[in-house]
Order: sequence, then C-alpha cells, then structure tokens
Amino acid sequence: MTAVDDLDVGYRRVTLRAAGRSVPIRARSVLVGVLLAAVLVVLAVLALGLGSYPLSPGAVLRVLGGGGEGIDRTVVLSWRLPRTLAAVLLGGYLAVAGALFQTVTRNPLASPDILGMSNGAFTGMLLVTVAGATAWPVVATGAVVGGLAAAALIWLLARRGGVQGFRLIVVGIGVAALLASLNTWMLLEVELDTAMFASAWGAGSLNGVTATPLTGALLCGLPVLAVLALLGPRLRQLDLGDDVASATGSRPAVVRTLALLLAVVLVCVATAVIGPVAFIALAAPQIARRLARTPTLSLTLSGLVGGVLLLGSDLIPQHVLPVTLPVGVVTVSVGGLYLVTTLIQEIRRRV
Amino acid sequence: MTTAVADRAPVRPHLRSGWGLLALLVLLLVAVALSLMVGSNPLGPSTVIEALRGHGSAEAGYVVHELRIPRTLTGLVVGVALGAAGALIQAFTRNPLADPGILGVNAGAAFAIAVGVAFFGLHSATAFVALAVTGALVVTVAVYLIGSAGRGAADPIRLVLAGVALGALCSGMTTGMTLSDPDAFDQMRSWHAGSLLGRGFELLVPMLPVVGAALLVAFLLAPGLNALALGEDVARAQGANIRLIRGGAVAAVTVLAAIATALAGPISFVGLMVPHVARWVFGVDQRAILTGSVLLAPVIVLCSDVLGRVLIAPAEIPVGIVTALVGAPVLIALVRRRRASAL
Repeated sequence: MTAVDDLDVGYRRVTLRAAGRSVPIRARSVLVGVLLAAVLVVLAVLALGLGSYPLSPGAVLRVLGGGGEGIDRTVVLSWRLPRTLAAVLLGGYLAVAGALFQTVTRNPLASPDILGMSNGAFTGMLLVTVAGATAWPVVATGAVVGGLAAAALIWLLARRGGVQGFRLIVVGIGVAALLASLNTWMLLEVELDTAMFASAWGAGSLNGVTATPLTGALLCGLPVLAVLALLGPRLRQLDLGDDVASATGSRPAVVRTLALLLAVVLVCVATAVIGPVAFIALAAPQIARRLARTPTLSLTLSGLVGGVLLLGSDLIPQHVLPVTLPVGVVTVSVGGLYLVTTLIQEIRRRV
Repeated sequence: MTTAVADRAPVRPHLRSGWGLLALLVLLLVAVALSLMVGSNPLGPSTVIEALRGHGSAEAGYVVHELRIPRTLTGLVVGVALGAAGALIQAFTRNPLADPGILGVNAGAAFAIAVGVAFFGLHSATAFVALAVTGALVVTVAVYLIGSAGRGAADPIRLVLAGVALGALCSGMTTGMTLSDPDAFDQMRSWHAGSLLGRGFELLVPMLPVVGAALLVAFLLAPGLNALALGEDVARAQGANIRLIRGGAVAAVTVLAAIATALAGPISFVGLMVPHVARWVFGVDQRAILTGSVLLAPVIVLCSDVLGRVLIAPAEIPVGIVTALVGAPVLIALVRRRRASAL
C-alpha cells in the first residue's frame, strides 16, 4: 500500500508499508527507477532480437513467454540471453560497487578503475596468460586473485587510524600506476597474438559469455545485494557525518569496512566474467544521482543505470561499428564523452 | 607588475639551498657519466673519455657517439622538460598531485600516433614525434578551451576534469583502433612503455630551441606563480594578471610535456614527484622549485634508464616502466607521511 505523507520534507515522497514497517521513498526516485527499468527491458528485447539472425520484438517476446519456433528459441535463449543477462547483471554489480566506493570515500572519482583493482585484475590475468593458461576458469581466477591482491595492498597501505578518502584514492592511483606499468611490460614481453588477446580481455568484453559463468555470478552476487539491502539505511546515516551516525547507533568504521568489502566482491565477480570494464562504476552512480536529483547516491538506481549503460554500450560494437570491439572500449569512450558534455553543460549553466 | 610582486616575495638565500644546488649539479654529472658508461657493453671512465676525445677503439667510439650520447641527451631534454612541466602545473593548479599527463597530453599523443599508424601507415621515428606533438597540442588546447570556457580564467579543477575526460575518450578510441589493427597494436605497445632508445640528433636538435623558449617562459612566470600561491584574490590585489599567468603556464606545460612525450613516450611520475623533492630541498619559492625540478628530473630519468639497462641485463626494461616502479612507492610513502604532500 502506498500513500503520500503529510509531513513536508522538501520533496514529494511515497511511503511503502508492508508487514508493519514503513519506508518513505522519493516520488521522483520511484518514477526514475520505473523509467530506467522500462529502458532496460526495451534494450534487452533489442539485444535479443538483433544480430545475423534478426528477430522481431514480437518473436523475442513469444520466445521469452515460452513459445516460438525451435530455431528462434535456440538463438534467443542459448545464444543471446546469457550475454544480455550478463550485461544487465554485471553492469548493475559494477555500478553498485561504484556507488559504495563513492559513498564511503565521499569522492565522486572513487571507483574500482581508479583504485587499482581493474589493473590488479589485468595483472593477475596477464600473469596466468604468460604462464600459458587460456582456459576461462583459470584466467578468471587469475583476474580475481589479482584484483583482490591489489585491493588488499591498497587497503593495507591506506589504513592508519582508519581509511581516509583522500589517502585511499592517492594510494589507489599509485598502486594502479605501478600495476599498469607492470602490465605494459608484460604485454611487451609476450607474443603479439597473446598480447592482443590479453588486451582485448583487459579492455573488458562480453564476447563469449555463457550460461555457466553467469550462474556463478548470480550465485556470488545476489547474496551480496541482499546484505546491501539491509546495510542501506546504515550507509545513508554515514552521509550525516560520523558523529551523528555514531549517536544514532551506527558504528561508522564497521559499516564502511563492510561496504568496501562487499563492493570489492561485486567488482571481482564482474571482472571474473567480463574482464575489467571501465567507467560504469565511476559514471553510473553519478548519472543516477542527477536523474533522480537526490543528494546522496542510491544503490538501486545506480544498479539500474549500470545495467542500461553496459547493455546499451554492448549494442554499439555488436551492431553499429564495422569491427567487433570489446565493450570496454565503448564504455571508456562513452564515459569520457559523458564527462565532457556534463562539464560543458555546467559551464553553460554558470555563464 | 609581476616583477614588483617578485621583489616582495620572500627570497631565502639559504645556505641549504646553495649546497642543495651544488649537490644536484654533482648528481646530474654522475647520472650523465653513468648513462655513458653503463649498458650491455660496459665501458670504464677512461674509455668513455678517450672516446669523447675521438681516440680509443672504433667500437667504443661507436657505442659512445652513436648510441649513448644521443640516448643521454634525449634523457636530459626529456627530464628537463618533464621537471619544468611538473613544477609549473603543480604551481598553477595548486594541486600537489597534478601531473602533466593529467591534461591529456599522453592520451592525445597516443591517439595521434595510433591514427598515423593505422590509417596512414607511418612508422618512422620522425613521424612519431610529429604525430605525438600534434596530438598532445590539439588535445591540450581542447582541454584548456573546455576548462576555461565561461567565466574568466581557467578553473584548475575544471581543467583537470576536462583533461581526465578527454584523456579517457582518446584512450578508448586508441584501444579501439589498435585492437582491430595488429600493426598499430604492436607499435603502440612499445611506445606506451616509454623509452629513450634510438632517438637520433635529427629529432633532438629541432626540439632544443622550443624547449629553451618554454623554459624561459616558465622562469618568467615563476614570480607570478608565487603571487598566485597566496590565492587568487591576493594575487589580483598585488597586480598579478592571473589570466596571463595561467595561460602562459598552460602553454609552457603543454609544449614541454608534448615534447617529452614525443621523444620518449609516456613517462609517468617524474613530473609528479620531482617538484615535491625540490620543495623539500629549496623551500616554497617557485623559482627555486623550478630550478630544482629542472636539475633533478633529468637525474631521475637518466638513473631510471641506467637501472633499466642493468636490472635484467642483457635485456632492457624501458625507462617509463622503471620510473613507475620507483615513483609509485615514493608517491605512496608521501601520502602516508601526509604533511609532506601539502603544498
């Protein structure tokens, strides 16, 4: 049941009541959320229908509803569905992780890309590849171990009387640069073919995502999201400052550590399946915040924007460009373009 | 008017500064000597001196004149340019973590080279340098236009954001191009490592007057940057032309960083770290920081290059990788000390 609250808090809100608990929600956030979900569905139907064996939206929906011809079912369910679901799900994971990083560090530039995890994942992957492995599970394990090791290193170096936002980011930049140069060096030392394969992976790609890794990603990520749903209110309290948060019964240090840990898990899961895709974690939370005009970052909206971004970006190299490129190349370019346009907009507004 | 400010700026004829200057000069000489001596074919000091005077064996003469002197001079020019660029950009953005690469210089150069290789089949070192300078200049001018559009002078924070954004856009497109063209990929992966190897005089000599001019501009701006360090309002009250200082600084940084990148590829951390060390040694006067950076940066570049030659001999580690391997731990140590990184 929903009802508009009588209390004036400065914005229109809707109160959700279920099982004796009531949660007030901004009306605009709900609207934006619904719209984003609608865009996500439209993009997904497009992604499932486009390709060398094109299917109309109607045909796609018939298949999803359980009907359709045999070949249509194979194309949609076996070929295209894993990739589409992976884009939605893992784009969401990355965006939620980004929102967590940015909330905890209170810095809109904090993201797994900038904090060295992506480079660490690439280092791990390269080490494994240099050692001769090409099988997916081995490469993915290397990437996850590398990303975790980088995260642990940054954490250790940045802590000293609590992890501070600024120090965390600078240490992250340092470690990221260190790993990036190691990666450059390893790419120089291996054969051209291996280097190109590794680079394509290192850019982040949805090519060849199958049902097995996707299931793994679901099993690892969904419990994290469930914990986050419980942690959400505590996280919002952090925005009020540590003193207020402590006074209202939160333990800021614990909440912060837990949030970062969960973010790291989400990034690792995403990286294991699609490699280090750049910019989604950085841009999605900020885009969500602008769309909903909320002062703080919303995990749910960030996740939806992340799904839209990754799925939309993946359509470009698959169906627009003449060459098949990794989706990460597109997300970096789109992300850069997004930053440039927001800057120009902001300048126009101030003039 | 800016000189009037300089007269009032605290000049510290510190004993420490004099010794520091001398120490840096000695270090620079040692670095140059090491760079001439060390390598896959190690030469003793006397052999090098004989070769320099035109005597000695033909082999040693070849190694010194054809290989090590151009390489050492390249390192010197690249180091001087990076040091000056780093000192300038940190002074005018008042950001202790600013690096010339942050203005999109490296990404612009890489993008132009990738376009040259992928679409026009260019491969010569001269073409690379020309492309890198063009790309770096175009992107940095774009960054500056975006960063300074709207109100008055360029806002440092917006400038940095514009640099990050355009840099990302360029590197995304670069990756896209190189991943669909093995030839371009191969060229870019060696360029990305940053190296002083194989740069002849024909590339170096035309750069010298440009670097000299940019250095001159840098030293002329230093007093104005001192005024700016006190804050925009104070600087304006003292009669400093903020727009001129910032514009000049960006121009000098762009030219210096573009040339360094064109000659050696992206070399990280030198422009970032060196001004901090110069500040510890010489104090906060921008003229002193600039002088210290210009002397210290080539020491770091040459020593990193020498280190790269011996670490995994007979193979070499490119200098850009060594500077990152050495520079990143220094950056981390710096931010852990906390006080030191304050400007």
